[in-house]
Amino acid sequence: MEEKKKQKKKAYNPHQMSRTSNVILNVLMAILAFVCIFPFIYVIIISFSDKSSIASEGFQLIPSSWSLEAYRYLWSIKDALFNAYAVTILVTVLGTIISVMLISFYAYAISRKEFQYRKQFTFIAFFTMLFSGGLVPTYIVITQMLKLQDTIWALILPLAINAFWIIMMRTFFKQSVPEGVLESARIDGASELRIFFQIVLPLSLPAIATIALFSTLGYWNDWFNALLYIENPNLVPLQHFLMKIENNLEFLRNNPLISNQVQSTASIPKDTAQMAIVVVSTLPIALAYPFFQRYFVAGLTVGSVKE
Amino acid sequence: MEWLSRPLRDIYKNRIWLLMVLPGLIWFILFAYIPMGGQILAFKDFRQGHGGFISNVINSEWVGFENFEYLFTSNDAWEITRNTLGYNLVGIFLGLVFAVTFAIILSEIANKKLAKIYQTGMLFPHFLSWVVVSYFAFAFLSKDNGLLNNIFSFFGLEAVSFYYESEYWPFILVFMGLWKSVGYSTIFYLAAIVGIDRSYYEAAMIDGATKWQQVKHITIPMLVPLMIILTILALGGIFNSDFGLFYQLPRDSGALYEATNVIDTYVYRALQNNGDIGMSTAVGLYKSTVGFILVLLTNYIVRKIDEEQALF
Repeated sequence: MEEKKKQKKKAYNPHQMSRTSNVILNVLMAILAFVCIFPFIYVIIISFSDKSSIASEGFQLIPSSWSLEAYRYLWSIKDALFNAYAVTILVTVLGTIISVMLISFYAYAISRKEFQYRKQFTFIAFFTMLFSGGLVPTYIVITQMLKLQDTIWALILPLAINAFWIIMMRTFFKQSVPEGVLESARIDGASELRIFFQIVLPLSLPAIATIALFSTLGYWNDWFNALLYIENPNLVPLQHFLMKIENNLEFLRNNPLISNQVQSTASIPKDTAQMAIVVVSTLPIALAYPFFQRYFVAGLTVGSVKE
Repeated sequence: MEWLSRPLRDIYKNRIWLLMVLPGLIWFILFAYIPMGGQILAFKDFRQGHGGFISNVINSEWVGFENFEYLFTSNDAWEITRNTLGYNLVGIFLGLVFAVTFAIILSEIANKKLAKIYQTGMLFPHFLSWVVVSYFAFAFLSKDNGLLNNIFSFFGLEAVSFYYESEYWPFILVFMGLWKSVGYSTIFYLAAIVGIDRSYYEAAMIDGATKWQQVKHITIPMLVPLMIILTILALGGIFNSDFGLFYQLPRDSGALYEATNVIDTYVYRALQNNGDIGMSTAVGLYKSTVGFILVLLTNYIVRKIDEEQALF
């Protein structure tokens, strides 16, 4: 049997790809994958380069001299950095919990036939995918009506719901939570809320994990809401911190969390320090990436938009 | 009292479900529907009074289409519309071609473990924020230190200051947009390919179809429905732009606006730099309305061609 298989592999088979084209396609895909990862590696290298070698030869792939100077500098501004980290983590954790709860409640209700107004509420969610209020009215509502500027809620609430996720979850609930199970629980006298928490949620963990993952990444990478609503340096999340130091490290000078002593030190390793902050803020995602991407890919294909 | 008691009874009967949608409903009202109503500011001269937000909106003076006039008589409306549509059309088209091609290639690669590794690599940029990506781009594009200029100087070419010369940006923006998104859209097509019934291929092989014929006559036709749905969605959003791509990547460099200014960045700058609420709302309304009409139109056309494929 083994032998036969081997022979079959060797023989030319017009229905399969030839070995050469298989190799070519492999090389092509490997190059593409490399192009997608390379910039991150390059930035890591720059962050470890010596300031003087950058001054003379630019950002090199293999710098003529290495240095930990940038990271030593980061250590000196660690209070501001840790604060930004703390804001990001707080917003991400709180936001993900709120987001998952709002979305799964809403999606479950509109997925059940017993809910008489499910069509209307599906439409309420769906319509927001077609027509949006736009940036300026949203900005005015958040700042003037809800007065959320300079609070962490301005970073959390605008991203809490996304109609697309609701529709996705609804499809999942429809397909994967068997009506029969719910029916028998009802006959046993379980309330709808109890059914939701004890039967539906455990059955839907894969989909909920997916929404949680989307949401976590959305919050971690968000800088736009901070750009619009946050002035207070103590509430600046990591991505916004990164943005503020883009053109100069001026922002750090005005930061009350950093002592004057550090700031007066004349030689800040500007380029390498920026790249080091990029590395430090991307590291959690890069390290977790190989583990979560599998679930991400699986989750994306769980519920299609259409019924 | 019949007209009142029946709805009330229905509401009571559905109370548990209504309770479940309530938090979401409040969110939709506050963050989607009130802002939608706020679009009428496009026709008003917004003044901040002492009352609450809603009374401010109501008490502001009507100015008719003045805000729109101001926009459309300037050169800006044309420039930002051209940029938005241009980048999106190119992005949608190339994104579709690349995603389908890569998905087919990944599905055909014999070693599934390797294919998985390639896919993992290609998806990585999707998880980075545009702020981070703008630093990546800076590492390549910086005039003094960037990799590209290092290579140029190695070949004795003159250094290019990318952040001051707009002619390069159409290519940079299209490339980076694809770089960040193609791995993600490939997932959908790859999942669809995996879902295709294997017996089609077996039948084709018995009939002597080559690999290329199988791809052309089975894989691609089977992907068409998904291509249509994703393209409708994308066309509906053609007036939206990936804000970070156009704002972060060029580092908000004024010299590049001609090539990098899109509707979204224009609205943001009008709000942030000039505080011009009426005009920036007008641009936003123009954008939402045309976008809305486009979704309905594309969906209508698709429904005419094949009802099954329509989104709604």
